[in-house]
Amino acid sequence: MKRFLLFLPLLVAIIVGAVLFAGIGKDPTKLDSALVGKQVPAFSLKDLKNPENTLNESLFRGNITLLNVWGTWCPACRDEHEDLMWLAREKKVPIIGLNYKDNRDDALVWLDRLGDPYRTIIYDPKGTLGFDLGVYGAPETFVIDASGVVRYRHVGVINGRVWEQVLLPVIKDAREDG
Amino acid sequence: MYPELGQLALILALLLAVLLSVVPLVGSLTGRDNLQAFARPLTTGMFVFVGLAFAVLTHAFLTDDFSVAYVANNSNSMLPWYYKFSAVWGGHEGSLLLWILMLTGWTMAVAIFSRRLPSVMISQVLSVLGMVSVGFMLFIVVTSNPFDRLLPNVPADGADLNPLLQDFGLIVHPPMLYMGYVGFAVAFAFAIAALINGRLDAAWARWSRPWTTVAWAFLSVGIALGSWWAYYELGWGGWWFWDPVENASLLPWLSGTALMHSLAVTEKRGVFKSWTVLLAIVTFSLSLLGTFLVRSGVLTSVHAFASDPERGTFLLALLAFTIIASLTLYAFRAPVVHVRSRYGSLSREIFLLLNNVLLVSATLLVAVGTLYPLVLDFFDLGKISIGEPFFNLTFSPLAVAAALLLGVGTFSRWKKTDAGWLARKLLWPLAISVLISTAVMVVYGGFKPWAFLGVFSAVWITTATFWDLWDKSSSKKGRIHGLKRQSRSYYGMILGHLGIAMTIAGATVVSNYGIERDVRMVPGDIAEVGDYQFVFVGIGERQGKNFTAQYGSFNVMRDGERVAELHPEKRQYAVGMSVMTEADIDGGLFRDIFVAVGERISDNAWAIRLQYKPLIRWLWLGALFMAAGGFLAISDRRYRIRERVTKRSGASTELPPTQTDAPGTAGAVS
Amino acid sequence: MFRIVCFFLAITASAMTFADVSAVYGFDSRSEEQRYQNLIAELRCPKCQNQNIADSNSPISKDMRNAVYQMMLDGASNEEIVNSLVDRFGEFVKYKPDLDSRTFMLWATPAIAVLVGLLVVAGVVARSRKAGIAAPALSKDEQARVDKMLAERNQNGKG
Repeated sequence: MKRFLLFLPLLVAIIVGAVLFAGIGKDPTKLDSALVGKQVPAFSLKDLKNPENTLNESLFRGNITLLNVWGTWCPACRDEHEDLMWLAREKKVPIIGLNYKDNRDDALVWLDRLGDPYRTIIYDPKGTLGFDLGVYGAPETFVIDASGVVRYRHVGVINGRVWEQVLLPVIKDAREDG
Repeated sequence: MYPELGQLALILALLLAVLLSVVPLVGSLTGRDNLQAFARPLTTGMFVFVGLAFAVLTHAFLTDDFSVAYVANNSNSMLPWYYKFSAVWGGHEGSLLLWILMLTGWTMAVAIFSRRLPSVMISQVLSVLGMVSVGFMLFIVVTSNPFDRLLPNVPADGADLNPLLQDFGLIVHPPMLYMGYVGFAVAFAFAIAALINGRLDAAWARWSRPWTTVAWAFLSVGIALGSWWAYYELGWGGWWFWDPVENASLLPWLSGTALMHSLAVTEKRGVFKSWTVLLAIVTFSLSLLGTFLVRSGVLTSVHAFASDPERGTFLLALLAFTIIASLTLYAFRAPVVHVRSRYGSLSREIFLLLNNVLLVSATLLVAVGTLYPLVLDFFDLGKISIGEPFFNLTFSPLAVAAALLLGVGTFSRWKKTDAGWLARKLLWPLAISVLISTAVMVVYGGFKPWAFLGVFSAVWITTATFWDLWDKSSSKKGRIHGLKRQSRSYYGMILGHLGIAMTIAGATVVSNYGIERDVRMVPGDIAEVGDYQFVFVGIGERQGKNFTAQYGSFNVMRDGERVAELHPEKRQYAVGMSVMTEADIDGGLFRDIFVAVGERISDNAWAIRLQYKPLIRWLWLGALFMAAGGFLAISDRRYRIRERVTKRSGASTELPPTQTDAPGTAGAVS
Repeated sequence: MFRIVCFFLAITASAMTFADVSAVYGFDSRSEEQRYQNLIAELRCPKCQNQNIADSNSPISKDMRNAVYQMMLDGASNEEIVNSLVDRFGEFVKYKPDLDSRTFMLWATPAIAVLVGLLVVAGVVARSRKAGIAAPALSKDEQARVDKMLAERNQNGKG
């Protein structure tokens, strides 16, 4: 019995080692969204391109959409922009933009220069909708289903691989449910 | 040309380390003295080559050799020379080289200071240390070479040392910390050697003890320096955050403290051998775990080095191999036969065992709290955070319990302590402690339950320690004679225990009675913090060596008198454009006053952080006392007496006659 | 009359500079200010490398501090404030983990460790007792001999 007890530390070490090994390579700063399974929070914000229009959460009903959080101040958003254009053009994915903590004029110039992949863009200069969505850094992209429920939140840039391996499966699931 | 020499030196050191791991060990197992004799020369060679490599890297920094990638990433021509020197260990590769330098340095020290040990033992100890060196040298040579070059595109200037690191703290904290981390490798090597050759006895404990104590002392200083550095450098007045990297340094300290005390029992009474050996292995394993956590990117921390999965995997493999091999050896070779010794339920042995229970529970607590988020993530159960609120709630009771136990245990005797006698002994110290603690509560203005417990713990330790000293130093030849008669290791123990009392007192008072305010101030405003008034005089600008700064001027008043003039700054560094907050602190033995400039709110309004920190310096002073106690203890004459005994009896395992412990006499019971 | 007015203005002006400054966020009382400090120390910045929102300068931390302040003004309790942030950012932002079925082992660790330790110690003491009486007491003669030897030693003094 005593000899068996002496093997316990070894056992503990192996278990801890396995846990540590699993942790290598994972990015501890990528958090899951707390909103998965919940409705997009209520909001009332202006449209970026048509300031006389007010948008609200009903914007997300009817179709499965991507909500992309971006700003002209965010260099990574600049990097992913081409991929967003590709997504909108080739994959015909409806992307709604959330212009987060930005300046309207800067944003319009940016879109003019680089292209506009968005169906609609919500203008959120104070970041209130972003805050309610739990956005903590741009770029972030949400997958929202046809009934306005958040399915998934991706932190970081979108590219072909992310689309294929991360977003597409979620969208497929949403299609099957809806 | 030189950097390549440095690389060559490392490879040569690695080769020597491989030989060191094998040759003397084989010699010890086959009884071949000529092979065992290789241990010391190989150790010397290994140390010399690592020293050479370190010198080469230092030279590259001091001469701004930006063709070396590591220098280019961590230095800059405008850096003051002393920061160029400490930048050597400012990044991952260089700090690893420092680690290895210390490891080979400790190995060298063991080779030098162990003439009296039997050849078989010392060969095995040095071989085990050689094996650990092989692991780390392989790691550095294969994945983290500090001598990689950037040829042919040598940058014109370096990327600069992170401004947070351009500080005195960088010069002292890592070396002290590593001395501690690495020093525990010696106790580890002794433990493994004892398991290999089966000679696990009181002599083994006596040999291990000074090495363990010194490593522990260095680690105490290293941790305290880290805490102090974070306090004045990060600008927020915090001194311990329960950050994973901080916890990684606390784990071997807690375990090492348990080990130090357990070794005392094994040395004195020959019992708890299996437990002590396990602690020696666990403590060094925790050092290794800490090294892994800091460099693997598995946990988020401001203190972590840049992470890399390849390095993380290699390091984990190294860690796994070392720990699994040693624990397997332990499981098969640790003795299970119980030593037939008798000790009463209030004997010193039992008190020290209880001390171990509390310290090991604390170690487990900190380890679980640090790694638990990883475990939950592993099972896809979400990402949680475990921080100060959790640790404060769970750690404090253990600390208080340990402190209370310490006070009582000070009076305990080996083998048996009479319960009634003990209880009578404790009455006066108890009464005095309650009185003093209450007085402290009054002085700081208010009774708070946890504050009282913390202060009482500290006062209790102090009172009990001095009471025991008074008891033991009573002598027919007078008090002075009685005091002189006590051994250095007894005084070392006293210093150590007073140190922990100071640290507990400091931590308790500053946490409970410190005041923190974030205020909005315009030049001319006066803010009140406790008994102090802070007058905001104005904001100016100044130019530093490699930065520009806006500095605030504050007059701190108390009772109408100016107590201090403080100039906190917001610095912008030329290279990298990073902005740093430099707090200004008026430090004192009994309180610190702390001012930091925050954001600019409007044209002339600034957010200012003001803090009153009572007794905070005691935190770190306590650690210095603890370290001093450790160093004093190892200078005890029983580590020098062996020479005489050896020459007389021809065996180096005879312990000098220990003093008896009958009540009323002075005895070295530490 | 003019002088009296000036005098009163001067007094009020100096009173204003001697009045205490407001916290960066204005609170009604020091205890509310303290409550705010405690709250922001216990909430984690979701973006930073392990900092609470009190110490962090990132934009999201500022937003969160602001939200905490606003909710305090609205009269929310500590629990409501923390939950509101958890609803948005996840439980990652709480430095004090919930006690639930997942974290039970975490919270129970110290208690279990100490308990097991105490049981082990009890076992050690019991085993030692079985090995014989714990340290037989000295007989009167033996005690006298010991006292004599100690007295001699005290006289000779020990270096």
